[in-house]
Amino acid sequence: MAVIRKKGSKEVPPISTASLPDVIFMILFFFMTTTSMKETELRVRFALPEATEVQKLEKKSLVSYIYVGQPTAQLQAKFGTAPRIQLNDTYRTPQDILDFIASERDKLSESDRNAMSVCIKADRYTRMGIITDVKQELRKANALRVTYAATKTLGY
Amino acid sequence: MADIAFLLLIFFLVATTMNTDTGIQRVLPPWVENPTDDAPPIKERNLMAVKVNQYDQIQMQGKLVSLQQVKDLAKEFILNVGNSEDLPEKKMTEIDLIGQYPVSEGVISLQNDRGTSYDMYIKVQNELTRAFNEIRDNVARQYFGAPISELDEAKRKAIQEAVPNKISEAEPKNIGGN
Repeated sequence: MAVIRKKGSKEVPPISTASLPDVIFMILFFFMTTTSMKETELRVRFALPEATEVQKLEKKSLVSYIYVGQPTAQLQAKFGTAPRIQLNDTYRTPQDILDFIASERDKLSESDRNAMSVCIKADRYTRMGIITDVKQELRKANALRVTYAATKTLGY
Repeated sequence: MADIAFLLLIFFLVATTMNTDTGIQRVLPPWVENPTDDAPPIKERNLMAVKVNQYDQIQMQGKLVSLQQVKDLAKEFILNVGNSEDLPEKKMTEIDLIGQYPVSEGVISLQNDRGTSYDMYIKVQNELTRAFNEIRDNVARQYFGAPISELDEAKRKAIQEAVPNKISEAEPKNIGGN
């Protein structure tokens, strides 16, 4: 046990970097699989309301988003501070929701159309008037499954 | 090799968004062209109107209530423990895995004003959902001896059938005289 080595340097040997690419690839694949690209540029600003009984949105490919809120700070000079509805990349009126839902529905395969749902991401300080308009249009468009986006809290 | 991997890694690191969306799920009633009054009437005892006005005040069963009371009042209404005449009827229904269960006929109807804040609306929706979730959890413990989160799909379905989530979003009206 108590072997006294007289020879050999006391310096620590350099760490082998041969496995570095493997490690990097592993992290890379992790991010590649978990990533989801940002599809739209947000033109409205919103702070989501908080709730305790939230459910996760399943099957993101079946979800269409409607954003409601004030224009972002850069755009406020041009568009004012009244709450706006954003569909895809532009501001729209509630009347455009019918077309928006129709085009979103066309993107899905026949079998998925019934499972389509709409996620309303609205600022917590907006008034219900604009949300009610959106809801009425969604009913007209027969997109009845809605999710009111909210962040999870554990209590008030 | 490692350089290319690094490059890709940094790209995905930047492009990635990890947040998962969560929210309160609801099913809207189908659109009817001219809402008329000859829709199948709901008995008064089976309907509880929850109204929120433009000052974010909540009214339930004709009384002004606070947000903290909403859940308990909703539970009391749906459960109708004492089989009171004023609270909803129950209908014995045969449900798989549970057997005969008195399913409440009660419907909670949520009405809001155009001036109600979205925040308050979501809070009320949340409280009502919480009422249903707590009732479901109790039923789950009673019949299967475990909270609903630990049950399998079939049992969960049975409980959803026993305690249907009957929150209706009423036709918009200007209830606050706004």
